[in-house]
Amino acid sequence: MDSSVLFGISTMAYIVAMIMYISYLAFRKDQIGITATVITLSGFVAQTFAITLRWKEFADLSGMGFMRSAPLTNLYESLIFFVWCLILGYLIIEFKFKNRSFGAFITPIAGIALAFIDLTGVSKEIQPLVPALKSNWLLAHVTMSFIAYAAFSLSFSTGLMYLVVTTEKRSEPAYIFWTLTLGIFVIVMASMAIDFLTFKVAVKPDIFIRSYLFKTSFLHTSSAIKILSWILSGIILLAIWRYGSLLKTAMVKFDIGADMLDEITYKSIAVGFPIFTLGGLIFGAIWADQAWGVYWSWDPKETWSLITWFIYAFYLHSRMIRGWRGRKVAIVAVIGFMAVIFTYLGVNLLLSGLHAYGSQ
Amino acid sequence: MEEKKQKSIIDKFWDFLASVKLAIIIFAMIALTSIIGTILEQGGDPARNIQIITKLFGESAAPTLYSVFQKLGFMDMYHSWWFITILILFVVNLIICSLDRLPKIWKSITEPMGPATEEKLRKFLISREVVLKGSAEKVKNTVSDALSKIGFKCEEASEEKGFQFFAQKGPYSRLGVYITHFSILVILAGAIIGLKFGFKGYVNIPEGAATNVAFADRGTRDIPLGFDVKCDNFNVEFYGMSDMPKEYRSWLTILKDGKEVLKKSIVVNDPLTYEGITFYQASYGSIQENFGRGVFLFRVISANGESSNLQLRLGDSFQIPGSAITGKILDFSPALRIDTNGQAFTYSDHMNNPAVLIDFHESGTHTLNGWILKRHPETWQLPGGHKVEFHDYWGVEFTGLQVRKDPGVWVVYFGCIAMSIGLFIAFFMSHRKIWVKLIEEKNSTRILIGATANKNRAAFERKIDTLVSLISGKEKGEK
Repeated sequence: MDSSVLFGISTMAYIVAMIMYISYLAFRKDQIGITATVITLSGFVAQTFAITLRWKEFADLSGMGFMRSAPLTNLYESLIFFVWCLILGYLIIEFKFKNRSFGAFITPIAGIALAFIDLTGVSKEIQPLVPALKSNWLLAHVTMSFIAYAAFSLSFSTGLMYLVVTTEKRSEPAYIFWTLTLGIFVIVMASMAIDFLTFKVAVKPDIFIRSYLFKTSFLHTSSAIKILSWILSGIILLAIWRYGSLLKTAMVKFDIGADMLDEITYKSIAVGFPIFTLGGLIFGAIWADQAWGVYWSWDPKETWSLITWFIYAFYLHSRMIRGWRGRKVAIVAVIGFMAVIFTYLGVNLLLSGLHAYGSQ
Repeated sequence: MEEKKQKSIIDKFWDFLASVKLAIIIFAMIALTSIIGTILEQGGDPARNIQIITKLFGESAAPTLYSVFQKLGFMDMYHSWWFITILILFVVNLIICSLDRLPKIWKSITEPMGPATEEKLRKFLISREVVLKGSAEKVKNTVSDALSKIGFKCEEASEEKGFQFFAQKGPYSRLGVYITHFSILVILAGAIIGLKFGFKGYVNIPEGAATNVAFADRGTRDIPLGFDVKCDNFNVEFYGMSDMPKEYRSWLTILKDGKEVLKKSIVVNDPLTYEGITFYQASYGSIQENFGRGVFLFRVISANGESSNLQLRLGDSFQIPGSAITGKILDFSPALRIDTNGQAFTYSDHMNNPAVLIDFHESGTHTLNGWILKRHPETWQLPGGHKVEFHDYWGVEFTGLQVRKDPGVWVVYFGCIAMSIGLFIAFFMSHRKIWVKLIEEKNSTRILIGATANKNRAAFERKIDTLVSLISGKEKGEK
């Protein structure tokens, strides 16, 4: 079997699982929750096989040996690996804490990442390695960076959930912060879903468009639809702000305590931070030293990794200050993940630099 | 009176410098200001930055903003006075906070443990109580077995009405945070050593040429190397027939006082080091004014197997051994392509697809005229079984080398190792203490357990519960 077929199966499974987890949160039917878990697990198994297969395909093609042929050399492969780490992390949490309600907050991140692959038209082909990537550091640097990214994503979800559970009044800054974050998340997801339905299911345009992302909403050719998209986004934000307490009510029924959420947020960062430091920053520096002759050159990718590192250092230290523990640090955890997204995608797509492997 | 007041201000200032609050303020400052340097190109072309500023702030504001940004050092911000000031503040905060806290931490590490009172044991966050039948003397072994089963080697003290066991694990794990903090100072020290005693530069060397200087990346300084580095050859290998580069390789020779001391071919990720100076494969290019003056490396093989290696120049003629065929080199193209009309044209200045045009004569009559391509062996075959292999056109390319000397790099790496160890200890190890008090009562013994952990208390609590079930379970088994 071809790896792309298996990738397709896992993508479908994760998207179905995402919908099921969200409905599980809404309707609290155990059968829905169990089905969601089973589907996620099958998707994970399929994806594991797919990555192994692709690895083998790449090794056969490049003839460089197994260890140097890790399928982690472009945006597509890295997003796939990121999703794999994220789902693994989620499954661990689900089994450890015996609570499925996290799924509704974590699987959408996987859903967005997978939709991003399809909509931006990133190349799914196996590409030969550019000379700079031919190194034993590739495997260590990239896998550890993405394990850390996945851990940070988990802390984002639980941090956000913490804010949902602990805020009361609509005028509270923390409440406004989480409704705004969740709102943007929902808007991005909804517009990606519309893009997907329009271009991949309904229209299937003959002309090749490199990126479909937001082409049916914010980047539509007609300005009326553009304005409408912004107005609708505003309405979504307002609605989430107005009815945010419903989410809290739903979550409280699942017996998710604030302390537990705080603990998972901290633990995810406590795992992610050392791995990110070692694999992302230190291994990255050693590799840069070998390939480019400088271990640190204030390249945008390096600088953004450092910014991310400092935000999580901020998180870890601010926990020690009286009065910060709780909501304030949860906000820092959420902001930290935004820096992660920018380090991962923003730098490659928006800024230029030496580290441009992930932009195609 | 006045002196006392003054001292308290100094104390307050010291406390501020040692505080976590200052630390997180600095973190936020470094993180936020660093963003500027990722948007504006550092040390780049001014026109490019004006373009970026125009895009962000509009055309009218751009010139003023550019000059303001330039005054603030935004175009080279990581070397600006204010960014360096933040970094110095960061270092000061790190040092003072360690000095402030270490004595206390050191005391809690080295302080010997002693027995605790019943009252104290009940106050611990992890506190358990079990009652077993039998005298304290009888229960003692059960308890000490259970303790060693969960990994604690205990000290023992006899008490008025029984015994007490106490033990601790990993007191030194409290140092993990300080190892991490110290490692940051080491890394920064390594960076400073590199800046002070090393250099970063580059040099372009044409094939066949040598140099004993490099050019500094920052400034216009020439850096004497103290030896010669010669580029014997440079070559790009491509994937299949595509123009996607697979490997850049330079064959380098180091000459000290005119004598050859080292020979190595380098590729990206595999540099050459001599006398502390490292040469990295960084770029390459072709020298167009040399296109008429390079050396063609041919190997000609006649139909009956006779062969010879030839070194020729543009315009030279050669003979295929054992035959009456002669060839004359008419033209050269660094990157030849045939268009849809069958017309040959050069599509790049780089040596992507080197080709040579040869005119063949047999016994004085013109027989053939055609392109021979280095990357296409099928064009090497001549009618009649002869073969002209085109191996290289040498002397028309240069290799671009990154040249660096950094005596601080090992200090930086030492710091990195220390940081990894420090983080591992800080996040995954904890200082755990346990006290178990046996109090003999009528026909039974009351066992009081108290425990503390400075991190991950939940996991330790589970371990204590294991201990409790070990102690009480064994007693049941004996019944």
